[in-house]
Amino acid sequence: MEDMDDIVREFLVESHENLDQLDQDLVALEGSPGSRDLLSSVFRTVHTIKGTSGFLAFSQLERVTHAGENLLVELRDGHRAMDGPTTDLLLRLVDTVRAILAAIDRDGTEGAVAVDDVIAAIGELQHGGATATATATATATTPEPAETVEPAAPVEPAAPVEPVEAVEPAAADPVVGVPQPRRIGEPAAPGPAPAATEDPTSSRGVADASIRVDVDLLDALMRQVGELVLARNQITRLAAGGEDAELTRTAQRLHLIAGELQEGVMKTRMQPIEHVWSKMPRIVRDLAAHCDREVQLEMTGGDTELDRSLLEAVKDPLTHLVRNAVDHGIESPAERVAAGKRPKGLLSMRAYHAGGQVVVEIADDGRGIDPEKIAAKALERGLRTAEQLAVMSQGEIINLVFHAGFSTAESVTNVSGRGVGMDVVRTKIEAIGGAVDVDSTVGRGTVWRLGIPLTLAIMPALTVECAGDLYAVPQVNLLELVALDTQRSRAGIEYVHSAPVYRLRGELLPLVSLAGVLQVGSGPEAGAEQAGVIAVVQADQQRFGLLVDRVLNTEEIVVKPLAARLKSIGVYAGATVLGDGRVALILDVQSIARRALASEGELARATREFDVELEVAATEQVLVVGIGRGRRVAMPLASVARLELVPADQVELVGGREVIQYRGTILPLARLDRVLRAHGAAGAQDPAELLLVVYTLAERSVGLVVDEIVDIVDDDAGQHSDIVDTGLLGSTVLGDRVTELLDVRGAVLAADPSFYDADASHHLVGAIR
Amino acid sequence: MSQFVTFTLGGGLYGVAVTRVQEALRAHTRTRVPLAPVGVAGLVNLRGQVVLTVDLRARLGLGPLAEGAEPMMVVVQVDGEPVSLLVDEIGDVVDVGPEAFEPPPDTLDARMRSVILGAYKLDAELLLVLDVDSAAAA
Repeated sequence: MEDMDDIVREFLVESHENLDQLDQDLVALEGSPGSRDLLSSVFRTVHTIKGTSGFLAFSQLERVTHAGENLLVELRDGHRAMDGPTTDLLLRLVDTVRAILAAIDRDGTEGAVAVDDVIAAIGELQHGGATATATATATATTPEPAETVEPAAPVEPAAPVEPVEAVEPAAADPVVGVPQPRRIGEPAAPGPAPAATEDPTSSRGVADASIRVDVDLLDALMRQVGELVLARNQITRLAAGGEDAELTRTAQRLHLIAGELQEGVMKTRMQPIEHVWSKMPRIVRDLAAHCDREVQLEMTGGDTELDRSLLEAVKDPLTHLVRNAVDHGIESPAERVAAGKRPKGLLSMRAYHAGGQVVVEIADDGRGIDPEKIAAKALERGLRTAEQLAVMSQGEIINLVFHAGFSTAESVTNVSGRGVGMDVVRTKIEAIGGAVDVDSTVGRGTVWRLGIPLTLAIMPALTVECAGDLYAVPQVNLLELVALDTQRSRAGIEYVHSAPVYRLRGELLPLVSLAGVLQVGSGPEAGAEQAGVIAVVQADQQRFGLLVDRVLNTEEIVVKPLAARLKSIGVYAGATVLGDGRVALILDVQSIARRALASEGELARATREFDVELEVAATEQVLVVGIGRGRRVAMPLASVARLELVPADQVELVGGREVIQYRGTILPLARLDRVLRAHGAAGAQDPAELLLVVYTLAERSVGLVVDEIVDIVDDDAGQHSDIVDTGLLGSTVLGDRVTELLDVRGAVLAADPSFYDADASHHLVGAIR
Repeated sequence: MSQFVTFTLGGGLYGVAVTRVQEALRAHTRTRVPLAPVGVAGLVNLRGQVVLTVDLRARLGLGPLAEGAEPMMVVVQVDGEPVSLLVDEIGDVVDVGPEAFEPPPDTLDARMRSVILGAYKLDAELLLVLDVDSAAAA
């Protein structure tokens, strides 16, 4: 039976169900012979079996059902009234059909079930008119029903209950031990001798091996199993904390069983993707004819299974992609020939498992997507600026087709290209936690790739803390985590105007403070300062950093729907109960992105402005000075107010400190060589003039005395080494010389210890007077 | 006769039709829902089910419960889903006849009026009947 065709299997299951219904209908029909509904139902059933058996080349079955159908037509059209013998005969027909089905179930052939008797009896009934009754009853070998006072009674209970055993191999009789069935079974008796040796209970027939189950019931089961898994997690946690060995063992056992149960229940919801694919050939065929294309459709991996609800959700996007491929992807035969291709385009659909996902590929060998066209369109629509496009890779540009309102169709056809294109596909796929991307080579073809999670009900998520509350971030959105050094406040967070950004491996990552979005804590600014971790997430085609206080762990969570009015807030995708019993909201990263990142255009502008600043900032300009003995020291140019050359004799002493009068104020001095312990160099007589680097903050200034000004150069922060000495921040290589980086703050304090004290602004002045 | 589960809120006696009430219990830890409309007190885990909690005090325009006082939860069914209502204290189940019913007085505060169906005149006090559906639709 293993090699039995799927179609035959389905036919058997369906027919068995139909026959059961037929039994009931026929008996009911006898009670109310005029019922058109019942007659039609009976007729339909027989007709269906006849049609399918003809299609599957079961000729005996077809013949017998054909005869039955003829009889039913007379009944339906009112040429004949339903009476005992007719019912009898029809029930006998049902039994014969059942016998044939059983034979097919056993070995795939109709076996040797005799049908001629029944066909003959039907013929006689139809033609015999007056004699019909006698003939029919005689043939049926059960004269009682027709001739006794209560015609229907014996037939009614007997026929529906026993026919299975009755018509199955006659040898089954001893097992069943019911004498009457032979009445109906007899016509079949001479035939199926070889099969008779089988024990009817040993092999389950196709019809018994599968049942139809209400989808709602499966959904409910799925939910309950989800709860069970959560309860199990709680028990496991409790057991892990205690010393009770018995409890621990039981918890482990529970863990196993619940896990297996979950897997089993999930399997019941799995359906092959074939269910959705099966209609593609027709769609492609019609569309190809309509668009004047020649398309060959290839499908592989149709048996890849997906959760039922997901299958439903990918139906439309898949159809859309297929339509798109035929309409826009594959060229007309003439174009193809001109391009040196076969006139017949190839559209292939492939489904397979990869990385815990189901991947569905829709590939065509058509004209491909031209990145230049896309770029032009993106520019025209204002989605991207020319500068942005210039630095984007071809792949990135092609993926712009997923933007809302983006359609490259030059003319709107009634097939696709109404401007509700790929963005809808993307939205739908992302709604089920999937992803879609596209790969294309001009002239060679396009591949659309959908990544679909295996199931919706349970998903891995990262739990994070924000302002004391827990939230779950779906792993599918998560790219990486970046820990911020909380000791140095706001380490690495910079601001473009008021928008926080972070430099992640040289690229600018817009930051969104979760506390700010949720308006919890003490405002968005405070949120950014408290944040300990950046969760780098991907939403739509955009990457951004979600600032959270803390990351807890990853958990498998069961998604619970939210009340509509909470859902409408537009920040939460659902809620879940965590392992410790707490409720956590699941963040809808896409919505947060849309909400927080304002419009993309604005973000792009902000980023661009920042890029300009960044170029200056990343290569900071430094002033390189010499401090004797060939030592070179660099200080940030930004902190330098001016350079001055003053006569050495202007230096005065105040309380052991050197000062000069400078532009009407007293300028404290620090000799950098002394600060950096470089003094005592050979020939270090005081020069006639001192070279000062004047450093100003607010209205206060200090002068750093240096030997010579060497240069102003660009300093690449990436080359710094952290060899540190007193007064230094590190060192680097500038102009082929090792140069020390001055700790400006330390040097300034050497000149004026109270320089940074705001409340001591007149300290020094007071001392002088 | 109708049966009502009664509870108090800021000294007043309120009631919910007994057929709508699933259970009454001590308040659970709530998970707050930032950005939620006023009156949503958060989500609770009711035996594995995530249940929306509505703060009736906020819905009725009463001030918050005194510091340290523990509210109770009355879990009611709204459109087949449980919704938990936060109340001060749970009272008895009372039987009242239709003759004791009065529509809400015109002088009732507008915020109250939207969630109060009317009042039953009990011997000692008035029992205000809560419109569960509109109260839960915080």
